Amino acid sequence: MTSTQHSPHSNRYPAGRMAFPHRDLLGIGQLERHEILYLLDEAEQWVTLNRQPSKHNDALAGMTIINAFFENSTRTLLSFEIAGKRLGADVVNMHAAQSSVKKGETLIDTAITLNAMHPDAIVIRHASSGAVALIADKVDCPVINAGDGSHEHPTQGLLDALALRHALRQRGAAGDDFTGLTITICGDILHSRVARSNVLCLTALGANVRLCAPPALMPHGIAGMGVTTFTNFDAALDGADVVMMLRLQTERMEGQFIPSPREYHHLYGLTKRRLAQAAPDALVMHPGPMNRGVEIDSDVADMLDRSIITRQVEMGVAIRMAALDVLTRTARGVPGWANKGEGQWV
Amino acid sequence: MKQRRPLTIINGRLVLADRVERGAVRIADGMIADVGDVTPVNGDEVMDARGQLIAPGLVDFGVFAVDKPAFHFGGITRAALMPDQSPVLDVPSRVRYVAQSGKPDFWVHPLAAATKGLDGTNLAEIGLMREAGARGISTGRQWIGDSGTMLRLLQYAAMLDLVVVCHAEDAGLTGSAAATAGEMATRLGLSAAPAEAEALAVARDIALAELTGARVHFRQVTTAAALDLVRAAKARGWGVTAGVTPAHFMLSDLALADFRTFARLSPPLRQESDREAVRAAIADGTIDLIASGHDPRGPEDKRLPFADAAPGMAGAETLLAMVLTLVRDEVIDLPRAFDLVSGAPARLLDVVAGEIATGMEADVALVDPDKPWIIDSREMEASAGNTPFDGQPTQGRVTALWKGGVLV
Repeated sequence: MTSTQHSPHSNRYPAGRMAFPHRDLLGIGQLERHEILYLLDEAEQWVTLNRQPSKHNDALAGMTIINAFFENSTRTLLSFEIAGKRLGADVVNMHAAQSSVKKGETLIDTAITLNAMHPDAIVIRHASSGAVALIADKVDCPVINAGDGSHEHPTQGLLDALALRHALRQRGAAGDDFTGLTITICGDILHSRVARSNVLCLTALGANVRLCAPPALMPHGIAGMGVTTFTNFDAALDGADVVMMLRLQTERMEGQFIPSPREYHHLYGLTKRRLAQAAPDALVMHPGPMNRGVEIDSDVADMLDRSIITRQVEMGVAIRMAALDVLTRTARGVPGWANKGEGQWV
Repeated sequence: MKQRRPLTIINGRLVLADRVERGAVRIADGMIADVGDVTPVNGDEVMDARGQLIAPGLVDFGVFAVDKPAFHFGGITRAALMPDQSPVLDVPSRVRYVAQSGKPDFWVHPLAAATKGLDGTNLAEIGLMREAGARGISTGRQWIGDSGTMLRLLQYAAMLDLVVVCHAEDAGLTGSAAATAGEMATRLGLSAAPAEAEALAVARDIALAELTGARVHFRQVTTAAALDLVRAAKARGWGVTAGVTPAHFMLSDLALADFRTFARLSPPLRQESDREAVRAAIADGTIDLIASGHDPRGPEDKRLPFADAAPGMAGAETLLAMVLTLVRDEVIDLPRAFDLVSGAPARLLDVVAGEIATGMEADVALVDPDKPWIIDSREMEASAGNTPFDGQPTQGRVTALWKGGVLV
């Protein structure tokens, strides 16, 4: 375990700002492997803090974080809000329903308006792929993508990796990454930004990723992202070390993609019997919200020794604290991070 | 404005239908009076071309806006205007109005809306619009989904001998897709439609064209499968023609990286193999003409998330330079390049222009084919700078342009 403890002088990644040279966190696609590991390692301290009775740190005291959610969210918004508050920041939530977006204001104008209020970080969720990058281009502070369309949801990808790493370490695995691990992701891959961020994150960390979906819900050309694809769930499960289930995103579907939830469950639902085809102690994950009885049975979701679904939620807060901490270091003048121009080495 | 004094352009390289040769052209009363080994007549205005190309003014088939500064920059003297205007070109009075709207220094040839309001259902008054100056019929930006409506439209068009300009994308497959299905769209999380949507539409419209005897022109054919269908129809001797814009022979869907909305087009950019198929189809004559698809879009349409942005590009200024890259790449020669952008579209519109030949309208461009320049979206003549070629160095510029013998 000692090798896994983060240390500012370890040689896992460059020191100071060079360890994470990005102003924004827009997607896993922009990150190098060592940058992913850096955020995971940084999150460990917050996992520890979050398990204390007093969960407060003043690192971001005085800073303002805007959570601008143009698409409905409960868990992600709450997770970001808690993360910001535990770091001592002033957190403001902006819901699309309350915003002038409904009055015809363009996204760019909304971004400029938010920017004029001098936030120190903006967390954005938007229903359109690429929308968060568009806003990031127009504001002066760090931007965190909390989900843009079917593109990316980077903090989800990171928190899934962290939850998985924790579970594996609990079982005695010593590795930093997931080399040699077979991970099956099953569900509505087509509409899922979680699937994309997870594919990018897990493959960067060495895992063999299998994707499984009915053909209409499998995006074209995704094998180019370094995964193998299946339409038969049983084949996809064979020997898998980790099974991650995704829900059907009916709200994004134009037309009918599956005949019925019942039939979907029959073909793609994770039941105890099906899970038996995976590795004997295979872990079960789900980014939530779950549709019990559709993509996952309750007796699988609630397996104490195998399901790490609640741990994923726990790790979400820690990852978001890490992201907020790291991205605001330049503005806070943290030694080694202050120089905006060239990254300096500590 | 009428040409007052005859003009002779000397010391040029004449771009003729089948060759390029040194020579001069004499223009009088707005028409090309003489071509070849011509000497100026006493009293002529004389222009020294200094070895530049004397080429026909470009005829841009299928533009969405009358944007004169951009057209003149690009050497374009005539354009076929798509009916997708506000309001739609679906009644004779609007057709008559736009047919006059560019004169004297630019001629607009309206394409009449095939259906009222381009709704795809109710036939518009095509016969009356022909009388008002329509040079063709167009389905607009959309495909007509109902095959019965399309059949009746083509029967009617055949009776009137008007070309029908089709948009070839099966709307049932494309839906609200913003990209072509493939790894790029998947990585970006963009809703995507299979490239086969084009072949499906082309196959149906060719079948209906053969059934009715109508002349059908596919404004943009951008995929290998659809080009094969067009090639086969032509081999059967059918009067099907096909066009494309430079975007689809210069770019692939890799240009969508970073959600660049200037690369949001309709039909969307395709994969590299399709881009190569388009170049091959230009080389072998399957593609008859190249147009700019000029559709200037300001920030209110383009500074949006990718899928929400309006498709379209400002292409008038870059059309010639992009076509000349095909000459430098030895895909085509110079006479064919100008046939693609002038001769063929003029024939399709049935206008007496598009060629450097005696008796043609004196729409003439002086072209320096090697002049280097950099395409800069911030410094364009067009009413908006939404070019997918932004920042690209290129070669070939129009240095002088005459419409009907009058310098513009």
